[in-house]
Amino acid sequence: MNAKVADRIATVLFYMIALLIVGLLTGLLGFILVRGLMVIDWNFLTTPPSAVREGGGIGPQLFNSFYLLVLTMLITIPLGLGGGIYMAEYAKPNKVTSFIRLSIEVLSSLPSIVVGLFGLLVFVQYTGWGFSLAAGALALAVFNLPLMVRVVEQAIESVPREQKDASLALGITHWQTITKVMLPVALPGIVTGTILASGRVFGEAAAIMFTAGMSSPALNFSDWDPSSPASPLNPFRPASTLAVHIWKINSEGLIPDAVEVSAGASAVLVIAVLLFNLLARGLGRYIHRKMTSS
Amino acid sequence: MQNDVQNSLGEILAKPAKKQKRIEVMGRTLTLVSASMLIITLASLLYFIASKGLSTFFVDGVSLSNFFSTNWGPNVSPDQGGPFYGALAFIVGSFLVTILAALISAPLGVGAAIFMTEIAPAWGRKVLQPVTELLVGIPSVVYGFIGLTVLVPFIRNHLGGQGFSLLAGVIVLSVMILPTITSIAVDTIQAIPKKIREASYALGATRWQTISRILVRTSLPGLMTGVVLGMARAFGEALAVQMVIGNSGMVPGSLLEPISTLTSVITLNMGNTVQGSTYNNALWSMAFILLLMTLFFILLIRLMTRRREY
Repeated sequence: MNAKVADRIATVLFYMIALLIVGLLTGLLGFILVRGLMVIDWNFLTTPPSAVREGGGIGPQLFNSFYLLVLTMLITIPLGLGGGIYMAEYAKPNKVTSFIRLSIEVLSSLPSIVVGLFGLLVFVQYTGWGFSLAAGALALAVFNLPLMVRVVEQAIESVPREQKDASLALGITHWQTITKVMLPVALPGIVTGTILASGRVFGEAAAIMFTAGMSSPALNFSDWDPSSPASPLNPFRPASTLAVHIWKINSEGLIPDAVEVSAGASAVLVIAVLLFNLLARGLGRYIHRKMTSS
Repeated sequence: MQNDVQNSLGEILAKPAKKQKRIEVMGRTLTLVSASMLIITLASLLYFIASKGLSTFFVDGVSLSNFFSTNWGPNVSPDQGGPFYGALAFIVGSFLVTILAALISAPLGVGAAIFMTEIAPAWGRKVLQPVTELLVGIPSVVYGFIGLTVLVPFIRNHLGGQGFSLLAGVIVLSVMILPTITSIAVDTIQAIPKKIREASYALGATRWQTISRILVRTSLPGLMTGVVLGMARAFGEALAVQMVIGNSGMVPGSLLEPISTLTSVITLNMGNTVQGSTYNNALWSMAFILLLMTLFFILLIRLMTRRREY
């Protein structure tokens, strides 16, 4: 075959692949949003799900998803910052460092169901908490932490060398250089990465169903005392999230409008992930502008 | 007078130095502790999953040949020769969906990456980059739900069978791992120095010749890494697969038959079995296999990225 003809054919093929993928995403998003937005209204977002009849909402699940995310981030952000700073600034090229790197690699590519089972064994059974938000948050932290460490490390490493050297040359100690000079510069990257990681955690299900459980007790949204059992804030109560709820109603098939409820819940999940994406970009850019102009 | 000033200045300079040193050491220790959390977590995870997973063989006395057979029947009564704990059908199922999904996604993902870097970099990136990012962001249960409501009925009506099938699982997984492969492929192809392309064009090669004989060949280890990472994701994916593949305990004979994977069996049965029973431990052994496969995939990636060609 003529080389020029082959080149033409290949080019057309590549265009078709690109179109196919764009079409796939538009189809997926279109399907989720069109089907979902028909279901979503204020009532759907705030009422609790029904066990057998139709017309239930996703109120507690929506709250649980966000609350679990907050709890997870309370664990992973400090640890991730510490770990990332260590890897970027203190880690020497030795056995321990390469072992930490291997751990990051393994932990971040573990199947989430394996992490969930580990959580079931350690955080649910050995601690005696039972299915609980706390166990779910710890399990999520297991595979969110390596992600955070990597985000922080990369952000700190991308700080211009001159900036660090200038600070050290002024006689400022290493720790102060890190906290006062490098962290602020690295902040946009850290914020963007953190929000993107949150988006991933938000849609996670397999790790949560074995740790936070698949059901949510009746919540009393006027009781904000974290120690009372019906309080939404109680970290030791079981909680199903949106993603777990979608899986559960589809596999149990107890409620007749499972398809509508899952369509609505899927749309809420996808819209949340889209918002996380936009927020990550916007906030990162905003902080960057604010830090560099002043 | 001057002495006084010097003394107090000395004090001011000396005191913070001590305090600074303490903060310095404290900061270093704190960050080291955070970093070692990773090692502690991994070690305890390996220990707990392995000890549970291996107790099927060491405590319950299930033989390896029993476990690696296709005879699955944990509830078969002893007078019928049971119970059987053969997980081979699920292991085969996991490998089948993974490999078939990779066969679909690898050319598409690499193709998209080439499109973004070589064919239409300007608008290709502007459009495809966010598309791949959004595809990553769609939660896996949502893929499962769409598979269940669109794909399964479509297969049932147009291709036959119940719809819940190996094929449905493969299609769902191949969409899920597509962005993983694409984004890694883009990074590797972009890392190829510009002069290599220019040398090829200078010799009169067409764009397709340059892509197929130079770019793909030089970036092969990187491209393979992307594919292996995608496969690792597919192998461990649980809920989306479980929702669409039908979960029968047989080795599938065709694409349209229902199958089970390791993850789907664990998902469905972990909550319904008694902790500590042989049945339950057999599920932990499957989780242990998942863990070992992850380690194997990572080893493979490390081997592939070790040698660079340029």
